[in-house]
Amino acid sequence: MRSCESAKRPNDNPILPVLSVKSPNYQITRSPDARRPVPVVMDADRIGRTLARIAHEIVERNRGGEELALIGIRSRGVPLAQRVARMIADIAKHDIPTGTLDITLYRDDVGRHTGAQPIVRSTEIPFSIDGKHILLVDDVLYTGRTIRAALDALIEFGRPKTIQLMVLIDRGHRELPIKADYVGKNVPTSAAQSVQVRLAEIDGTDEVEIEG
Amino acid sequence: MKKDLLSIADLTRDEIYSILDAADAMREIGERPIKKVPTLRGKTVVNLFYEPSTRTRTSFEIAEKRLSADTLNIAVAASSVLKGETLADTAMNIEAMQPDMIVLRHASSGACHLLSRICRSRIINAGDGMHEHPTQALLDAYTIRQHKKRFEGLKVVIVGDLMHSRVLRSNVQLLTKLGADVWLSGPPTLVPTAAERLGVTVCTSVDEAVVDADVIMMLRIQQERMQGAFFPSLREYFHVFGMTAERVKRAKSDVIIMHPGPMNRGVEIASEVADGPYSVILEQVANGVAVRMAVLYLLAGEVEVD
Repeated sequence: MRSCESAKRPNDNPILPVLSVKSPNYQITRSPDARRPVPVVMDADRIGRTLARIAHEIVERNRGGEELALIGIRSRGVPLAQRVARMIADIAKHDIPTGTLDITLYRDDVGRHTGAQPIVRSTEIPFSIDGKHILLVDDVLYTGRTIRAALDALIEFGRPKTIQLMVLIDRGHRELPIKADYVGKNVPTSAAQSVQVRLAEIDGTDEVEIEG
Repeated sequence: MKKDLLSIADLTRDEIYSILDAADAMREIGERPIKKVPTLRGKTVVNLFYEPSTRTRTSFEIAEKRLSADTLNIAVAASSVLKGETLADTAMNIEAMQPDMIVLRHASSGACHLLSRICRSRIINAGDGMHEHPTQALLDAYTIRQHKKRFEGLKVVIVGDLMHSRVLRSNVQLLTKLGADVWLSGPPTLVPTAAERLGVTVCTSVDEAVVDADVIMMLRIQQERMQGAFFPSLREYFHVFGMTAERVKRAKSDVIIMHPGPMNRGVEIASEVADGPYSVILEQVANGVAVRMAVLYLLAGEVEVD
């Protein structure tokens, strides 16, 4: 809303260029090598506010978040989990354990795709998940197959009391009966499009774009 | 990756690093309470061993089981080979039962290449005669990287029965490919002809070779492959070429001592060295499982067309 107010102010300084009114929700930029404009569906501010809102929801629904642990799915679920865990720790005033899950070895398409095998990385869960409320964190929810693999992987580490799911973007097109408990933003897409989530820890910048 | 893993020559530098990186992830699986992932569910792996082996066969079998493959072991002592069946016939009969991979250990160099030509299954060389033992070299490289974090410029001294060693042939290719400075040392009678052409330094004095070494890799005296006398006696061999605590002192202070096993204590290596603080021999065995899991996983993908 800030940009709306600034746009209302008369621009009486002739040296300043006239600012265009930009919606913070939907901004058209042109990527250097693409012919079509790439819609940015979330910018850094929006991502920050969304994660803060989700952190509050998590604390509320988990009654303060005792026995809560966050596990990020590689790659971009990991920094998201760490950020949300810090936010929850600020709100609830206690530390939230975080872990990292690599689902490569649990995929349902091992050996079925062309080319080299996907790169397998390590899983790091430095605490017992027995009896805990586990929150799985990923960037984009699409077919649901990654989450299915993550559930299989997670259950091998113990028996959590509950498993919940948080995603930054839900883009639809589910192929399995899976639904997220916390969604940053629902983004309707076509199957031909791709959703690019970029995070500062990995990509140097925070933004979500739809390509294609 | 190519269809089969027959030789280190089949692997590019990038593929070697991708195996070592995947092995890092595989090692963590061995530390879990449930040491199993479903990756190779429904794949059948045949371990066909024509030579006695404890470490390699067990290591492959554990690796296969941790990836949920169905494994079966064919030990030649209990098979039709004793009734006169040829390797090619045995292989084609196994092939008729539709396995996905065959892990072969054979006393003849090139046995895996023969299988590779006649089998649709993916072939993993678990040691063929005096030729190659690629998964051993990969686990050695993995162990070296764990301790030294790099290969470029490392001085690796390989000492022992160079002539009969498939571990040597795989290791020299792998380590020189990754930029290590490889030295070979052993009795002149056991140095392969024109070894320098492999891009290594040959130095028949062990005392000189081990100076400032980062890694010392000992090789077993393979009496079962020796036809003729290559040195006067095992006692004399130990005296001149055996790795003693005195000789280890000439290397760098953070040297690691490796041995692919089985060890002949008091022949190529003194017990105090084998069990000493520099020894990483048991780590090699532990890493073998992770590296073989990585190889099995990476080979399970689609075949690359050349």
